[in-house]
Amino acid sequence: MILDLQHIFKDYNQDKLVVPVLKDVNLQVEEGEYVAIMGPSGSGKTTLMNIIGCLDRPTSGAFELAGTDILTLKDKELSNVRLNSIGFVFQSFHLMPKETALENVSLPLSYAGVKKKERKERALKALTRVGLEDRATFMPTQLSGGQKQRVAIARAMVNNPKILLADEPTGALDSKSGAQIMELFQKLNDEGVTIVMITHDSNIASHAKKVYNIIDGEISQAVKKEETHEEEN
Amino acid sequence: MLENIRLSFKGIWSHKMRSFLTMLGIIIGIAAIIAIVSTIKGTNEQIKENLIGSGDNTVEISLYQGDWTYEMGYEGIPAGVPVINSQMMEEIKNIDHVVGASAYLSRQEYEVYHLNTSISGGNVLGVDNSYFSTCNYIIRRGRGFSQKDYSQFRKVALLDKDSSDALFQGEDPLGKTIEIKKEPFVVVGIVEKSKIFEPTINSIEDYYTYSQDASGKIYIPNTTWPIIYQFDEPQNLVIEVESTDDMTNAGKSAADILNSYVSSSDETLKYKAEDLLEQAKQIQQLSQSTNSMLIWIAGISLIVGGIGVMNIMLVSVTERTQEIGLKKAIGAKKSNILGQFLTEAAVLTSMGGIMGVISGIILAEVISRLSEMPVAISVPAAVGAVVFSMAIGIVFGVFPSYKAAALDPIEALRRE
Ligand SMILES: Nc1ncnc2c1ncn2[C@@H]1O[C@H](COP(=O)(O)OP(=O)(O)OP(=O)(O)O)[C@@H](O)[C@H]1O
Ligand SMILES: [Mg+2]
Repeated sequence: MILDLQHIFKDYNQDKLVVPVLKDVNLQVEEGEYVAIMGPSGSGKTTLMNIIGCLDRPTSGAFELAGTDILTLKDKELSNVRLNSIGFVFQSFHLMPKETALENVSLPLSYAGVKKKERKERALKALTRVGLEDRATFMPTQLSGGQKQRVAIARAMVNNPKILLADEPTGALDSKSGAQIMELFQKLNDEGVTIVMITHDSNIASHAKKVYNIIDGEISQAVKKEETHEEEN
Repeated sequence: MLENIRLSFKGIWSHKMRSFLTMLGIIIGIAAIIAIVSTIKGTNEQIKENLIGSGDNTVEISLYQGDWTYEMGYEGIPAGVPVINSQMMEEIKNIDHVVGASAYLSRQEYEVYHLNTSISGGNVLGVDNSYFSTCNYIIRRGRGFSQKDYSQFRKVALLDKDSSDALFQGEDPLGKTIEIKKEPFVVVGIVEKSKIFEPTINSIEDYYTYSQDASGKIYIPNTTWPIIYQFDEPQNLVIEVESTDDMTNAGKSAADILNSYVSSSDETLKYKAEDLLEQAKQIQQLSQSTNSMLIWIAGISLIVGGIGVMNIMLVSVTERTQEIGLKKAIGAKKSNILGQFLTEAAVLTSMGGIMGVISGIILAEVISRLSEMPVAISVPAAVGAVVFSMAIGIVFGVFPSYKAAALDPIEALRRE
């Protein structure tokens, strides 16, 4: 099991008022799975993803990533987990605007202490994987939204993480570019990459093999459309 | 690290105007320091060259009463000061690094005439045969003193350039007669230092240092001395040493030896070595203390520059909150972020330092052209200035960099 969340609670303190955002979230993800977490705005999706991504700590609960008890780790060790085991993709890409596509992709490698020559090779390979090898020297401003997101995906994949986390990866894209990103996710998942994707769009969620609904901080497994169809037939 | 330096240049280049204005405080501070240091160094080197680098490596040891040289003309022969004899000379010549020594008589004399022209405040020196070689004088014209001049107490004189200029004003002095204390002396030759020593007078201190030298000297055989003055007057000593660095120590040792023979009831009556190195140091200190104030002012401008750097770094951290959040999310450690911002601050101020050094050198050259002050560029000072400005960047970059490293990535990413 790659992700194991047990009884996760997350509260925010707002002016002496305790606001519960996640309420007893249990989530297990096996290696190679493709999971979507769907829910309306403000339901706690990003909060949950920050916890899975080792950026935030839950108020209470237990969380293991690939067998490691994340909640006992120190700051520096969490950085290493993010560096080596997790790939992040965001709605707004978050590319470095003054760096080329290739430099953006090789950024995590420099934190991993990879040598310059190898960095370039591996970054180029990651760009090839998302079909952008011919855009390596382009600046982010010279790329379309979909291309930017693919560079971001290449950056997330360059350190061969155990899991790819995507928060609304198509949120800023038109439907055609969105579909391309979904194709790419499918391809990566076929190659064995575990994916956890967050979205409020049921069409996007339907690309995943398993869908969870999160409403008001409570999570439940959704019944997949295809399965419903089968039942109807 | 290299990656951080590359990123820093990129960041600085992308905000050219802002970076330059931030560096300006550092540039001005460093430029001022380099210009001041160059001028100090130039002046010092010239003083040293003028005073001690004149090449003859001689030290004069004279009899002092308190702080003033003993004046025979007013005081008469002092009790308890013996004539320098051959045993004393032997001891002095045995001092380490002493190459030669010569004792001579000397008096300041106003009563020196050629026809109606007199010399104002010249020195008459009664010398033996070794004097001119010890002091590195050569006979420029005419002849030196012969054995017979000494043995027959001849009234002959040698002039140096200053005294011959003063008395003869361009006329040829050879063979002419001058009067010293109403006694006629025949000028037989003109002497000159073998290495020409022409001090450049830049300041009032320099003027006082050289003014004694410029008044002119008249040399007569020491055996002839009692004809115009007295027997057994106290003597001065000149020693020649191997190198400039030996001057101070050898001069002190020689004075000590002479003093051990002095048995005067007057405690202040003592032989002292005229210490040119010491004089040089004093002049240097004087120019340094006036300039150290300027250095302080420049230092303050550096601190102000440093605060400017800190300010702009804080702005930069705020502007780049998202970048920092993203970097932390993809695995950058606190130390990575800290390193990036510290490097940026250090690169920024180092560039300011380099520009400051360049402008300082230009400024120093301009000063030297306008004021004819000597200027010497000091390489250690230039390197030190760049290292120091780098240190300023690090010191004033610590707080903003730490702030960047401590940013919460969630907050940072949430901010759009
Ligand atoms: N730092 C915080 N302090 C207080 N409340 C917070 C904080 N961060 C998030 N919240 C609250 O937690 C709730 C869930 O936020 P979250 O960002 O997880 O929602 P989301 O499901 O990602 O929504 P969206 O689809 O709009 O991105 C919101 O009600 C939000 O106001
Ligand atoms: Mg969200």
